[in-house]
Amino acid sequence: MAMKRDGLITLTPRGLYCGQGGFYIDPWKPVDKAIVTHAHSDHAYMDSRSYLVASEGERLARIRLGDDAKISGLEYGKTVSLNGVKVSLHPAGHILGSAQVRIEHKGETWVVSGDYKLTPDPTCTSFEIVKCHNFITEATFGLPIYRWPPPSQVFSDIDLWWQRNIELGKASVIFAYSLGKAQRILSGVDPQLGPIFTHGAVERLTQAYRESGVAIPKTTYAGEVNGKAAFAGSLIVAPPSAQGSNWLRRFGPQSTAFASGWMIVRGARRQRAIDRGFVLSDHADWPELLSAIHTAEAENVYVTHGFSEEVVRYLNDTGGNAYPLKTRFVGDDADMSDEGSDVPTGK
Amino acid sequence: MRLFTDLYIELDQTNKTNEKVEAMRYYFSHAEAADAAWAFYFLSGRKPRQIVPTKLLREWAIEIAQLPEWLYSESRDTVGDGSETIALLLPNNSLVDETPLHTLVEDQLLPLRGESPEVQKAAVTGAWSRMNYSQRLVYNKLISGSFRVGVSQQLVVRALSQIAELPPDLITHRAMGDWEPTPAFFGSLLSADTGSEDSAIARPYPFHLAHQIDGVPDNLGEQSDWQAEWKWDGIRSQVIKRKGEVFIWSRGEDLITERFPEIESAAEDLPDGTVIDGEILPWRDGAVLPFTELQRRIGRKNVSAKILKEVPVILQCYDLLEMDAKDIRSLDFRSRREMLESLIEKLDRQEEPVLRVTEAVHAADWSDLALLREKSRNLGVEGFMLKRRDSPYRTGRHRGDWWKWKVDPLTVDAVLIYAQKGTGKRSNLFTDYTFAVWNGDELVPFAKAYSGLTDAEIRVVDKFVRNNTIETFGPVRSVKPELVFEIAFEAIQRSTRHKSGIAVRFPRILRFRDDKKIGDADSIGAIIEMLEGFRDTADA
Repeated sequence: MAMKRDGLITLTPRGLYCGQGGFYIDPWKPVDKAIVTHAHSDHAYMDSRSYLVASEGERLARIRLGDDAKISGLEYGKTVSLNGVKVSLHPAGHILGSAQVRIEHKGETWVVSGDYKLTPDPTCTSFEIVKCHNFITEATFGLPIYRWPPPSQVFSDIDLWWQRNIELGKASVIFAYSLGKAQRILSGVDPQLGPIFTHGAVERLTQAYRESGVAIPKTTYAGEVNGKAAFAGSLIVAPPSAQGSNWLRRFGPQSTAFASGWMIVRGARRQRAIDRGFVLSDHADWPELLSAIHTAEAENVYVTHGFSEEVVRYLNDTGGNAYPLKTRFVGDDADMSDEGSDVPTGK
Repeated sequence: MRLFTDLYIELDQTNKTNEKVEAMRYYFSHAEAADAAWAFYFLSGRKPRQIVPTKLLREWAIEIAQLPEWLYSESRDTVGDGSETIALLLPNNSLVDETPLHTLVEDQLLPLRGESPEVQKAAVTGAWSRMNYSQRLVYNKLISGSFRVGVSQQLVVRALSQIAELPPDLITHRAMGDWEPTPAFFGSLLSADTGSEDSAIARPYPFHLAHQIDGVPDNLGEQSDWQAEWKWDGIRSQVIKRKGEVFIWSRGEDLITERFPEIESAAEDLPDGTVIDGEILPWRDGAVLPFTELQRRIGRKNVSAKILKEVPVILQCYDLLEMDAKDIRSLDFRSRREMLESLIEKLDRQEEPVLRVTEAVHAADWSDLALLREKSRNLGVEGFMLKRRDSPYRTGRHRGDWWKWKVDPLTVDAVLIYAQKGTGKRSNLFTDYTFAVWNGDELVPFAKAYSGLTDAEIRVVDKFVRNNTIETFGPVRSVKPELVFEIAFEAIQRSTRHKSGIAVRFPRILRFRDDKKIGDADSIGAIIEMLEGFRDTADA
């Protein structure tokens, strides 16, 4: 491992650790003090003694970490000192409340960026460039084939699909992660087209977004509605785990879609056996990754999860100092469960 | 090519049959005949040979995209499709190329074959600069000879038959054999005039295909209503003798006359206006040779005297489709078979006749026939074909009148040792596996298999491969020997080309044996015992 043993951040069996400050960042086992970049399940684990998160994401962290968790919020850009290590959180643009963690000690600076994207997203604060000596980046979509179309085009494609299904008397079921992607879709589609229903997991998190001040069109929890007729022509937002489940039967004739960056590859779409794939990701695409890495102006770049080996090789070939970092983050695993146990049983 | 690209994208996006047919109906009712002819050509699975090699397309694409070669390869492995990878890597472009499909193919694509790489490069990069992502995808597939779309010819024909209001079987027949994708051809395909069907002397009939039957077929009624024939494993073919000429077609509608001169010469003795359905088999000393022997002849156009001597072939005749230039497919099988027998009897008999009528196997009842079926492996056949004696010769794969009744496959338990990403639908998952069996305390690879697991199982194995990779050789990963699978296959023969010393036919994964440990896997010795358990002409 290229990470220095006496560096400010080291990789331990519990996760990324700052020994000087006495805290972990996104640990995957319980620890005393955890700084959490965002509330996705591979970054926010339960049962640590205390947590520090961006204030914008406090409500989401509460849902993920439980009512008893000791959670403190920190405004973006504000600095706290932990054992003499300066810590500040900066918007990562990934989902509501997602943060890059900047730490500084004796002139050495690190940024742990968590998951991030540069494309503007109305449901969260936009990514901020933070310069540092050591930058830890994800590489979920670290191949040049991953280049996202403009979201405006994707949303107009989703609206067209929805419109066509309305004409055919079908429900439009779109699968998207219940945390982040679902709310981004809700805020991007044209709510004038028809009623919007949600899966229970999506509804709860959407409510948390609204309570955090994000404007999202009216949605109705699908479980409150009976009879297939009510769903014809509607849009239903559900987590990927609902695909193929009995829960979908209540909606009658339907067209299915999946919203994910993976959908840019035809094979990935066919493999999921859905009618449509929409290319919409909350992660940086290849140009965004390179841009973020470039503008951080870091001497050393550590690359975790996804196509980390490829990104490392490319950076080193083009004059950088990059190292792979084996964490347990999964980035955008199509089967990642964000919904926890909150999958309503089919009626 | 806008309309055609839209069609391609629609077909690619849906897996619902009705939507596919609807998309094709829309296309064929709106496209010009000149374009529709080419579209039909491509959709029915025909394609011009490669015009520009993918290697060159890749070279030009990475030059434009300014990417290193290795990053292209990684991308290609993830996408699983070269044409698509290139389309994804080229700089964004929102232009739409309005060149009609037939102009694109006839004036821009086909003339490029054999041109210098410089000329080709200018043409291809020029075309890319005028096209958007989807058009580039289709263009790359057409020019590299890799165009494929998920529709069967049957579906294309269904769409056309709805437009023309003609029976699908008639259109299927009109589309058989060799034809040029011209507006005139497309017109004739949909023509309401059904009187002039005999204009193309080389045109074969659509093959009648069968489904597999499970268990003992005693629900088919009286055994005596059915003819049982051995199910041979060769090249299903149609031999045509019309107006003094012989044509041999494979089931894939390739004209293979030149590859089998002994059959061509024997068929010259048939009367004009004869069409026989049969199977080409490698045959020597009164017995069939392994299929791999026949493969040695399939690949080559020029058949040497040496290979003719080493791998002689015969035609096991199954059925008679045309006699005295009359289509007799609607007669019952019993009558067609009698006519076939008397036709072949009239030919000069040699000691080892090239054309022979396949044996009808007689049995008292189904259980008697089931006993006879046990001899299949010793005879080098796959089991029985069951044909209802009063059935017509149908078009395409059909349930009810013909059944395949194959013997159960051979199986062994083997260990996963290498994995590779799949292509197409499975491009981002490790789905192509190599399996090994024990040779002493060493695991030797013995079969590759790509199919047989559920999507959920594939994900489990994919995750295992990612977490248990030992070494990476290009796209192939060696993995920790831990997972055991039950592998089924149809036949075994000795092979000097394989490390294990054996080659198996049609290997596939039967089951994921997560209840077994690698110590439970079979040994090469056990497989060789199976091999010695029945006749092995490869050793003869």
